[in-house]
Amino acid sequence: MAEVADDTRAQGAAADRREENGLLQTLTSRLVIIIPYVWLLVFFLAPFIIVFKISVSQPTIAMPPYTPTLDPAEGIGGLIEAFGQFSFENYVWLTQDALYINAYLSSVVIAAVSTLLALLVGYPIAYGMARAPASVRPLLLMLVILPFWTSFLIRVYAWIGILKPEGLLNQFLFSLGVIDTPLIILNTNTAIFIGIVYSYLPFMVLPLYATLEKMDFSLIEAAQDLGCTPSGAFWKITVPLSLPGVVAGSMLVFIPAVGEFVIPDLLGGSRTLMIGKTLWNEFFSNRDWPVSSAVAVILLLILVVPIMFFQRAQARAQEEGR
Amino acid sequence: MNSLGSIRRSFAPWADPAAKPYISFDGVTKRFGDFTAVNDLSLTIFEREFFALLGASGCGKSTLLRMLAGFEEPSAGRILLDGQDLAGIPPYRRPVNMMFQSYALFPHMTVEQNIAFGLKQDGMPKAQIAERVASMLKLVKLEQFARRKPHQLSGGQRQRVALARSVAKRPKVLLLDEPLGALDKKLREETQFELMDLQQQLGLTFVVVTHDQEEAMTMADRIAIMDKGEVRQVATPAEVYEAPNSRFVADFVGSVNLFEGTVSGNGGNILTIAASDGFEINVENAGAAADGANVWFAIRPEKVRVSSRAPEGSGANVTEGEIWDIAYLGDMTIYHVRLPSGRVVKASQVNAARVIEDALTWHDKAWISFAPDSGVVLTA
Repeated sequence: MAEVADDTRAQGAAADRREENGLLQTLTSRLVIIIPYVWLLVFFLAPFIIVFKISVSQPTIAMPPYTPTLDPAEGIGGLIEAFGQFSFENYVWLTQDALYINAYLSSVVIAAVSTLLALLVGYPIAYGMARAPASVRPLLLMLVILPFWTSFLIRVYAWIGILKPEGLLNQFLFSLGVIDTPLIILNTNTAIFIGIVYSYLPFMVLPLYATLEKMDFSLIEAAQDLGCTPSGAFWKITVPLSLPGVVAGSMLVFIPAVGEFVIPDLLGGSRTLMIGKTLWNEFFSNRDWPVSSAVAVILLLILVVPIMFFQRAQARAQEEGR
Repeated sequence: MNSLGSIRRSFAPWADPAAKPYISFDGVTKRFGDFTAVNDLSLTIFEREFFALLGASGCGKSTLLRMLAGFEEPSAGRILLDGQDLAGIPPYRRPVNMMFQSYALFPHMTVEQNIAFGLKQDGMPKAQIAERVASMLKLVKLEQFARRKPHQLSGGQRQRVALARSVAKRPKVLLLDEPLGALDKKLREETQFELMDLQQQLGLTFVVVTHDQEEAMTMADRIAIMDKGEVRQVATPAEVYEAPNSRFVADFVGSVNLFEGTVSGNGGNILTIAASDGFEINVENAGAAADGANVWFAIRPEKVRVSSRAPEGSGANVTEGEIWDIAYLGDMTIYHVRLPSGRVVKASQVNAARVIEDALTWHDKAWISFAPDSGVVLTA
């Protein structure tokens, strides 16, 4: 009997120890999650709150160029008074001036077209990489990432040299005799498309490559074996299976492209309307911080809402698949 | 009627000189760069035959199958199917279907859609597709899994989906690449018989690639033993086992004892060999061999008797040794008997009785003996 009791006690102690271990483990695993969230809170949420606060303030001609300012020294009464002065007037203003709506629309259209072009250019690259012999894949991967080693700004500047009327491209086409008047590409939307596709191509290629590389090539053989032509197999097997990569790559290109400022500023024309440029003008030319903050908040909403919908749809699809 | 092995065959078109081969490989060579995967290989397979390509990995058996499917083109030679030269015909126009080793089920399609895939490519009417899919699902007993995706199935179920998908189009030939390789042992044994039944039921020609000799022996009508891109022997399982044509085949299929020796006598239908291990071997019906020729005598362990006393009778086919190792497997016991020459001879005995009298143990003196018709003489 005593032995049995000892046994139970020993088991209990072991369980306690296990529990302690488990507690420690959950604590460390929580910590691992907490740290990045604290990071996001500090460096994303806090600036966002500041921007949002400015967007509901009023412009003034002083530093900071808006009122009210929140001064903790004035106590709770002062804070309440300041809150009372907040208004969504700036947001209303955005809907009244066609400039902003057009800028948003044109940004979304330009970003969407660029994303589509990047997909068309990136898919064959990613496909070729995924089908290349395993020994050369790391090299190809590095070549895709290589442009990142040069400053983004310099690379965009370089396109000016290529695209301008007396630039490399026109000179080359002249020497071939293909054209007799220079192509006007610089300062048009075409130049913006070229710039965005060029700059964001790696973001399209990498997720596509990741999904295509994982794909079992024997699936294509199986499809062909069952009577499918190579192009049929591509559309019926490869494309559906690479959709996650297509979506991820498109998101990675579309989202930054919508708010892109440098490329439209350097390559685009004066008539090119993009929200990034509008934002810049509001901030630095008009020095209307509250309105530009409102522009930024709306831009965020435009991007976040579809992403959330997309993520929910994806989660549902995954659950169904399981 | 005497028969090699324990099975008499009624289906043996290969023995009929008038029979027309269904598939023929005619001097087929396949090179990948410097590497020759298949070397000047000729082979014929008959309609409704269950044919196995057996060999170690890298012997060219899969390449042969892939050439038949159309995924590889021969570097030289030609492949005929039902009289038609397959050269230049892409995989999607060949009347053969393949069951892949990885199954290659389309992960984004349900079981039903997977099976219907090939039928849709042929433009079969919808109603007919539904009917065929239903009958295929019934055939592989997966009716209630029709709407599942492949990753929701067990390994055995996936194997059956792959099988159903590959036979759904009623191909002239079904190619199976290691069809049971991914299954565990129990399931594999069951599935072997299911495959044989299916082949009988559908009346198709099956060509299966495997590295598992038991699988090949169980299922196939004939086996081609392959090595380094060449066929070493094509024969029924019994012939391959009981009448191997070379030391390679004898050693590759099952377990074998090989005695080297020189021919010392040729009397009547008895060939006498002076084994290098210091005893004489008499072989019945061994075929002709010149006196003094260097030959090997191959005998399977189950045909070697082990006894603690010297067997009576002539002095040939008997030698003395020491029990070196014993492996008790339940249904049988394998003795390793070490001869004075140092050679270890394997002998297996079926444990037909629960209690064995005069049982042998380690380091006992033992005699091995065998009948004159129990082994084969090999010259290669």
